[in-house]
Amino acid sequence: MSWYTRKKTPLGKGEKRGVPEGLFIKCERCGEMIYAGEFETAWRVCKKCGKHHTLPSRRRIMLLVDEGTFVEHDAGIQSMDVLKFRDTKKYRDRIKSAQKESGEMDAIVCGNGKMNGWGVEIAAFEFGFMGGSMGVVVGEKITRATERAIKRRCPMIIVSCSGGARMQEGTFSLMQMAKTSSAIAELGEAGLPFFSILAHPTAGGVTASFAMLGDVIMAEPEALICFAGPRVIEQTIRQKLPDGFQRSEFLLEHGFVDVIVKREEMKNTISTQIKHMCANIAPENIPPPVAEPENKS
Amino acid sequence: MAVAFLDFEKRILELENKLDELRSLSKLQNTDFSAEIRKMHKKLNTLKRETFSNLNRWQKTQLARHPSRPYAYDYIREIAPDFIELHGDRLFGEGPSIVSGFGTMDATSIMFIGIQKGRDIKEKMYRNFGMPHPEGYRKALRMMKMAEKFNRPIVTLLDTPGAYPGIGAEERGQAEAVARNLLEMSGIAVPIVCVVIGEGGSGGALALGVGNRVLMLEHSVYSVISPEGCAAILWKDQTKVEEAADALALTAQDLFENRIIDEVVREPIGGAHRDPILAAHILRRALRRNLGEFSNLSGAEIVRQRREKFRQIGSFLEQQ
Ligand SMILES: [Zn+2]
Repeated sequence: MSWYTRKKTPLGKGEKRGVPEGLFIKCERCGEMIYAGEFETAWRVCKKCGKHHTLPSRRRIMLLVDEGTFVEHDAGIQSMDVLKFRDTKKYRDRIKSAQKESGEMDAIVCGNGKMNGWGVEIAAFEFGFMGGSMGVVVGEKITRATERAIKRRCPMIIVSCSGGARMQEGTFSLMQMAKTSSAIAELGEAGLPFFSILAHPTAGGVTASFAMLGDVIMAEPEALICFAGPRVIEQTIRQKLPDGFQRSEFLLEHGFVDVIVKREEMKNTISTQIKHMCANIAPENIPPPVAEPENKS
Repeated sequence: MAVAFLDFEKRILELENKLDELRSLSKLQNTDFSAEIRKMHKKLNTLKRETFSNLNRWQKTQLARHPSRPYAYDYIREIAPDFIELHGDRLFGEGPSIVSGFGTMDATSIMFIGIQKGRDIKEKMYRNFGMPHPEGYRKALRMMKMAEKFNRPIVTLLDTPGAYPGIGAEERGQAEAVARNLLEMSGIAVPIVCVVIGEGGSGGALALGVGNRVLMLEHSVYSVISPEGCAAILWKDQTKVEEAADALALTAQDLFENRIIDEVVREPIGGAHRDPILAAHILRRALRRNLGEFSNLSGAEIVRQRREKFRQIGSFLEQQ
């Protein structure tokens, strides 16, 4: 299900073309050279063509959560590699190098904070960690965050950016789809909203579970959002897929996305919806974030 | 119809043919070969037992996909002879890869929902090789809601390579259909027993797999991705299916050991396809026993237990 393979070159280490590495970023689509600082200030959106490049999970949280309000939870959870999975490389080694590359323990960062004053629980995928794939750690952290949202009576926000279920954890990964969807069911039964934000790409077992279950589903422009990846479909039906197939705009047209929102407008768009849905809960009535003692390693 | 067989079944079939010959010879010549027949019969059973207790994971996968293996409809017809198929998702169309409807098992009305592969080429096409479109999943959800409304237990039979990856399926929200079933199924207030009878193909199977009990037939598999898909992506070599099947730990025995499923249901020796009637009989007993455990529980308690069961799946390390 996790069909999405990451490009070899990590973002930010694009072709040099005579400029010092790290100083310029080349737009993945139009090739425009953008000053790294300017690129970050624009939340990695190309100023020329509007391409939304992959945003690391912590930057995503900075984008959406009021400054200084974010409290991270469950930072110390790591994969156990129960299956002792090994393909051309040991899964254990893949985890280690992904941790080193991304600076994260696994493919998601969770916590609570305020969004224009509204208390929220938020989970943001880290695509730089094995393509944002969902194994037991991701499933557990999303479930815990949803359970905290129910306990604190606040909205739940998940920003998806994932190739799908993580193959290296076998059927354990598959079962996280049921586990997270069941938690979202309970959130809904508690009368609390779930905002599913879809970034490029959202695929496989992530799309086919919580990501498609938002009360409101918002997608970034031109994001690939699919169950089966384009290559899998092309191999199955033996024909080329039309342009724009499975992109945000396609899903909007077919009724599976509520609204397409540019990155810079995402925070205000979400908080406006929170206001409509949680008008009976004033921001100050939502309990303030509770810091839990935990060590980050 | 030619009998399909797998490599490791060949010796067994040869011996069976010899045994048949000996029997007819015995009749024809009116000679007593009973000693020889007994001896050969014993040898055959030993061979079957040895072969089928030592299958590797890739062989198990092949067995789970065996073209002669009983499909969902075969079990339902045998277990609930008064089964009448009910069709359509009331939204877009009928999803023929999934069969559903009420049937009577041991004087109890049960909602049966099964993913159906086709036997001959015509049925295979009609059933889309057991790869459901969104309509199939939405029909299944409609049936589950109906069962809940009339307080009837649900049995699902899983056997699919996966949800269909195609243009129409994506346009009509395959991901949403699977996701919706996961969410809704977790909250259905009647007992649900799910059985993997052949191939448990990823999200396409799980979409009907959120039960109070999840069982697997002895020679079935359940996996996040097929060994072929896994080999192509991780090994970048489609011939590495044995390695991939091994790494994925996808057999009924693996999943039971890893506490992902609740029970392994025995199959007739040599596999369910060697004696489909007996296989259905064994399955019926397992269903009766499992459903019986929920007969005195309230709807709310049934939901609580089901959610708790899935909540617990998966271990991880945690630093405090
Ligand atoms: Zn550009």
